[in-house]
Amino acid sequence: MDWLPAAASTYAADIDRIFYVILAVTGVILVGVLTVLIYFLFRYRGREGRKAFYIEGSNRAEVIWTVIPALFILGLAFASQSVWPKIKSPDRFPTDALELHVRAEQFEWNVTYPGADGSLGTDDDFTTRNQVHVPVDRPVVLHMESIDVIHSFFVPAFRIKQDVVPGMQNDAWFQATETGEFELACAELCGLGHYRMRARVIVHAQDEYESWMVEQS
Amino acid sequence: MATAEAVAGGAAHGHHEELSFVRKYIFSTDHKIIGIQFLFTCLVFLAVGGLLAMMIRWQLGFPGQPLPGAGVLGEARAPGGIILPEFYNSLVTMHGTFMIFFAIMPLLVGVYANYLIPLKLGAPDMAFPTLNMMSFWVFVASGVVMLASLFVTGGAAGAGWTVYAPLSAVPDYTGVYLGQQLWVVSIVLFGASSLLGSVNYITTVINMRAPGMTLFRMPLSIWALFITAILALLAVPVLAGAVIMLLFDQTIGTTFFLPADGGQPLLWQHLFWFFGHPEVYILILPAMGIVSDVIANGSRKPIFGYHSMVFAIIAIAFLGWIVWGHHMFQSGMNPLLGTSFMISTMAIAVPSAIKVFNWLGTMWRGNIQFHTPMLNAVGFVALFTIGGLSGIFMASNTVDVFIHDTYFIVAHIHYVLFGGSLFGIFAAIYFWFPKMFGRMMNETWGKIHFALTFILYNLVFFPMHILGMGGHMRRIYDPTEYEFLQRFQGMNEFITVSAFLLFVAQIPFLVNFFWSLFRGEKAGENPWHDNGLEWTTPSPPPHGNFATAPTVYHGPYEFSHPEAEEDFLPQNQPLGGG
Repeated sequence: MDWLPAAASTYAADIDRIFYVILAVTGVILVGVLTVLIYFLFRYRGREGRKAFYIEGSNRAEVIWTVIPALFILGLAFASQSVWPKIKSPDRFPTDALELHVRAEQFEWNVTYPGADGSLGTDDDFTTRNQVHVPVDRPVVLHMESIDVIHSFFVPAFRIKQDVVPGMQNDAWFQATETGEFELACAELCGLGHYRMRARVIVHAQDEYESWMVEQS
Repeated sequence: MATAEAVAGGAAHGHHEELSFVRKYIFSTDHKIIGIQFLFTCLVFLAVGGLLAMMIRWQLGFPGQPLPGAGVLGEARAPGGIILPEFYNSLVTMHGTFMIFFAIMPLLVGVYANYLIPLKLGAPDMAFPTLNMMSFWVFVASGVVMLASLFVTGGAAGAGWTVYAPLSAVPDYTGVYLGQQLWVVSIVLFGASSLLGSVNYITTVINMRAPGMTLFRMPLSIWALFITAILALLAVPVLAGAVIMLLFDQTIGTTFFLPADGGQPLLWQHLFWFFGHPEVYILILPAMGIVSDVIANGSRKPIFGYHSMVFAIIAIAFLGWIVWGHHMFQSGMNPLLGTSFMISTMAIAVPSAIKVFNWLGTMWRGNIQFHTPMLNAVGFVALFTIGGLSGIFMASNTVDVFIHDTYFIVAHIHYVLFGGSLFGIFAAIYFWFPKMFGRMMNETWGKIHFALTFILYNLVFFPMHILGMGGHMRRIYDPTEYEFLQRFQGMNEFITVSAFLLFVAQIPFLVNFFWSLFRGEKAGENPWHDNGLEWTTPSPPPHGNFATAPTVYHGPYEFSHPEAEEDFLPQNQPLGGG
């Protein structure tokens, strides 16, 4: 199925799996409810001389259709929870990641790289505007700040979305699994240029990335 | 004040009729007239919200092309008919604002809480008729301010109907000055109107029920409106407080939501959604109640599981207070909260499922009459089921990472608020029109309107799920800016054309409504053979509602009782004749 964009990060497959599980469960329930609804509408359509069956309810039925949805829901919640902390909990972020600093502002993304010494906040850092360069198959941790309004870092192919709120630092991580070019969009309404707050994400092969870094610094 | 004796007094109340035209139809304190005033006013706002949606759809279907006739909007909004990005943001904001605050909520609560509560409970009027009148006129003032904000320099509010700070708090961030402030002023007035109404509905339900009308003999529509009034009473002040803080940030230099001087942008989101999620249930519970009444009537059967339906309403209302954080999964809120809010949110699926199954149970072995109100109620069940199930995707914190702020949520909210609430409103309008105006609406045209609306509605909103799955962001002015969205342009055009047709399909409704006001077939007291007390008084009911105070002998859903002669038994008639 190509409804979801082609997945290009490690946890994209996890999110997609939960998505399809929920789609399957809700799809079956939907088809079931609509089938019963349409059948009842046809089977019990009003006719002359017919009298409806007088019944006020059934406790057994109420218990059944309380307990079964509750179990389904519990299952879906557990399934979701098996992935959520892996994506969002800062204490579960991968170690030995490439760390980048992202500064969002109306209407652009500025990405600062650690330079040759490998650490942010030193003299050899450099910044790109509306371009995010990362190596493939290596975790990347983003330290994000906004200087004006709320923006949201959204790369559909990586299934990453994290709001960037002024006044606080928002961290996120991903690990690209494909080389190539992807699109970064702002997902939170941020003003009249919101729709074009767009950046290119370029995923390099490992060695290519090293040489790109050297070129820049 | 209002006690059971006041009900008896209502009969005498019915005599002094000689009111001037102004007191009778404009500054009226009669709950029925106030309900009808809300109806006409809100239909205007519904049309405004619809028109704004058409402009949004034009831009999404045909980005950058001149909208025919849009030259009248002026250079600042659409030079040469081409919609500007800042105007687009105002369109999105005002469409949401008008539909939620000025159409759906008052159509359900303003119209039907006012019209139905006294009539269905056997009371001569509301507990506080003058407050009730004030509630309507403050609402009109609020609507006028919101309408006026469409025409001020700098344009209308453009920070989304959720008005997230700091975007909404600092005029320079949007370029909207007066418009954003008028939005706040209008919402404060709206809040005052809503509070006056809520106090009135709650008091009336508690104090003014006719003899024999115990709480568990109340129709589900009244239960839902009662619980909704409690939700509104507690939620709306939070919104009012928050928007006043926002106004201070905008105008007098406070920094509640601005980080520079220690404020907190996330505080806005917590306050807004602490109001906003109960608001979602304010917008759907009354429709659920109305649909329950109509389905029992249409199936000629008692509602299945009346008590669980009542408890489901209460459960939804209670859970509605502890789920607001699911709007903030990606906001930078502590991820631990993402877990707890997911669980509480998913729990709401249980009472919602109970309601759907009980509606099916009501139709089971019924004698189903396909009158227009019933068709709309059945449409509600089908579409609300889709909207409820699609909510589970967003409730999952993990899946939400991807579909948050995409068209998936746009599809979901419209399945709940249009497929759900608005179909419920149509059911209510067709069902109670004969009581309100003494004439029937045309059934054939009603059915045509339903069929067209139901089909076109799905053509507009179902594909939005697929847009959302493709990652299509909401609130973007021009999707063709993105390569990954190019493949959806055909679908966006299709949705736009369907939306225009959906808009046009409302013309039969409008014509039917106004034609029937004057030319419709005369309705008797009880054209739908229903059991509610409102059907035991003339159509339209006189001032004071009931000639003699009714006594209630049983619940509202005694259809097809084996010992009754007919297939209905009004609440004021004991079994076995009386």
